[in-house]
Amino acid sequence: MNPTDLVDRASLRDDIPDFAPGDTLKVHVRVVEGNRERVQVFQGAVIRRQGSGIRESFTVRKVSFGVGVERTFPVHSPIIAKIEPVTLGDVRRAKLYYLRDRIGKAAKIKEKRAAR
Amino acid sequence: MASKAIVGEKVGMTQIWDDQNRVIPVTVVRVSPVRVVQVKTPEKDGYAALQVTYGSKRPQTLNKPEAGHLAKSGVEPGRRLVELRLSDVSGYEVGQEIKVDVLEAGERIDVTAVSRGKGFAGGMKRHNFKGQGAGHGNHKHHRAPGSVGACATPARVFKGTRMAGHMGGERVTTLGLQVVQADAERDLLLLKGAVPGPRGGLVLIRNAVKGA
Repeated sequence: MNPTDLVDRASLRDDIPDFAPGDTLKVHVRVVEGNRERVQVFQGAVIRRQGSGIRESFTVRKVSFGVGVERTFPVHSPIIAKIEPVTLGDVRRAKLYYLRDRIGKAAKIKEKRAAR
Repeated sequence: MASKAIVGEKVGMTQIWDDQNRVIPVTVVRVSPVRVVQVKTPEKDGYAALQVTYGSKRPQTLNKPEAGHLAKSGVEPGRRLVELRLSDVSGYEVGQEIKVDVLEAGERIDVTAVSRGKGFAGGMKRHNFKGQGAGHGNHKHHRAPGSVGACATPARVFKGTRMAGHMGGERVTTLGLQVVQADAERDLLLLKGAVPGPRGGLVLIRNAVKGA
């Protein structure tokens, strides 16, 4: 336990679902345009989840019009409206950086079969 | 001179989000209520200051001069005695409690503390010297400071030339920090940015001398 935990407790979110590297997520991001706010969805695979406590963050990678796009979010960031897990991935690494060198079918992540 | 001051203990650093969802790095300072032990006035002492104490200490650990001094003011013994120099002490009296709520969010403050001791440090760490190259035949002089002066004239090293030596463990003041939150309920103060010293170190907080 860190001595600053009592300050962090107020900013920690409890509405974040469990997810791990390899999972595909829909991250609903609040975007402020002028004084209007709307929600944008960023869908992709989690390639990294690192840190702990208030500073924990994760990176989502998607390929958009042939260009790889990665976005890193703090897990407890208030700009995240919602995190929606789409699929569970079956991976053997904690950091999926090897996906950056792969395109097309080779970049596909095996789906975890549901436990019976 | 400061118009208000308080003393606290550094807890550590963390981050919070502001109303525009931006991360602010904050230092958490525990400011337990301080008790005024003595009010020093220009008429009597030659300068204006408050002598305060905070926390608690077993009375049997006090030596006789300390015990007598505290008995005179009738204040419970605290961790240590700290003097806060103020421009005006007319509103204060012995035994009064001062809490975090003398400060409010958005206020600019100066923070004084003893920095972390770094021992005998070289020029690169102590004065941000560049050091020397890693290659090109350099041998065992990668972090050396280089030349410290000329030759037969002046035939000595000038005073004040920056060299290796003891670093840290000195009184440092960080100017113009901003109060992010003053939480009187939990006796916590959140300051934007870094504060000198180790966790658990004594921190002196006064309102800013510079800026509006």
